[in-house]
Amino acid sequence: MDMKMTYRQPLLPPLAEIDEKDETLILLLQTGLPLTPTPYADIGKKIGMREKDVIGRLTYLNESGIIKRFGIVVRHHELGYRANAMTVWNIADDKISELGACMGGFDFVTLCYRRPRRLPEWPYNLFTMIHGKDREHVLSNIELLVNQCGLNTVEHEVLFSTKRFKQRGAIYRK
Amino acid sequence: MQLNSENKLNKQQLNELEKHLLNDFQHGFPLVSRPYEEIATKLGTTEELILESLAQLKQQGFISRVGAVFRANSIGASTLAAISVPENKLESIAAVVNEYSEVNHNYKREHHFNLWFVLTARDEHELNAVLDDIEQRTGYSVMYLPMVEDFHIDLGFDLDLNLER
Repeated sequence: MDMKMTYRQPLLPPLAEIDEKDETLILLLQTGLPLTPTPYADIGKKIGMREKDVIGRLTYLNESGIIKRFGIVVRHHELGYRANAMTVWNIADDKISELGACMGGFDFVTLCYRRPRRLPEWPYNLFTMIHGKDREHVLSNIELLVNQCGLNTVEHEVLFSTKRFKQRGAIYRK
Repeated sequence: MQLNSENKLNKQQLNELEKHLLNDFQHGFPLVSRPYEEIATKLGTTEELILESLAQLKQQGFISRVGAVFRANSIGASTLAAISVPENKLESIAAVVNEYSEVNHNYKREHHFNLWFVLTARDEHELNAVLDDIEQRTGYSVMYLPMVEDFHIDLGFDLDLNLER
């Protein structure tokens, strides 16, 4: 078995054009917006952009979907949501869009990605991250998904995390 | 260092303002000249108090940042990866994986594939180089699972914080 062979496939194409200014802006935004009265002006000063251009580009990135969400990023674990399970599903290819859309709409589902199968050892092609206050809470959320999206006959596995070795935002560099 | 949250969270310690800040502004953060002032107006308080509260919530570890969550692979290249490691070697292999600045998440999970991590690099070429390096150093083959399609509508996470609305 050579899993690498099956990996060499193109990643998703970009949603929209990103120019160099956008990249600089994104790099600077990684550590978060400054907690100052005029954060966009302050960011702009660092990279030679006017406040209204910073706001304009961020609005564009937000509307084009490159920014999925702009706001306060909470730490689930610290707020009492101590359990999380990556729940993986083996879904027929012709059903995946419909079922993925169904699962991706629940607020306790914080990720819902299609990924390639790695046969024979990995048959699952849909990955959902499910949070809850404890195991039971997570399992009841999964049960809710199964019932609401009609997944009774879909093969799946629940992979609870039992230790966090590292967790932080992604860091891109140029 | 892992935060010791077991003793930390006491919902009574969070006041109503903090609860609203945590819950109501996970998406749709104002893109205006003075965003914190706009939030203050919505919550009936002052810009100064909003800034103070956010700084404190950050310092306490309840929020990681005010900012953007980018769609995977919009900038840079990323993938989920997994290794199946014997239990007695898991800690040392996890430590090797942690050393890479490209690794931003790394978890032990209950499965035969027991180590799961997310890598983000400048581009696909660099991503592959890091994965190759990890395989070489650990001696285990890495299962690569890049995203093919995103079905998630990210509106943040509805926290059950007993809000008085």
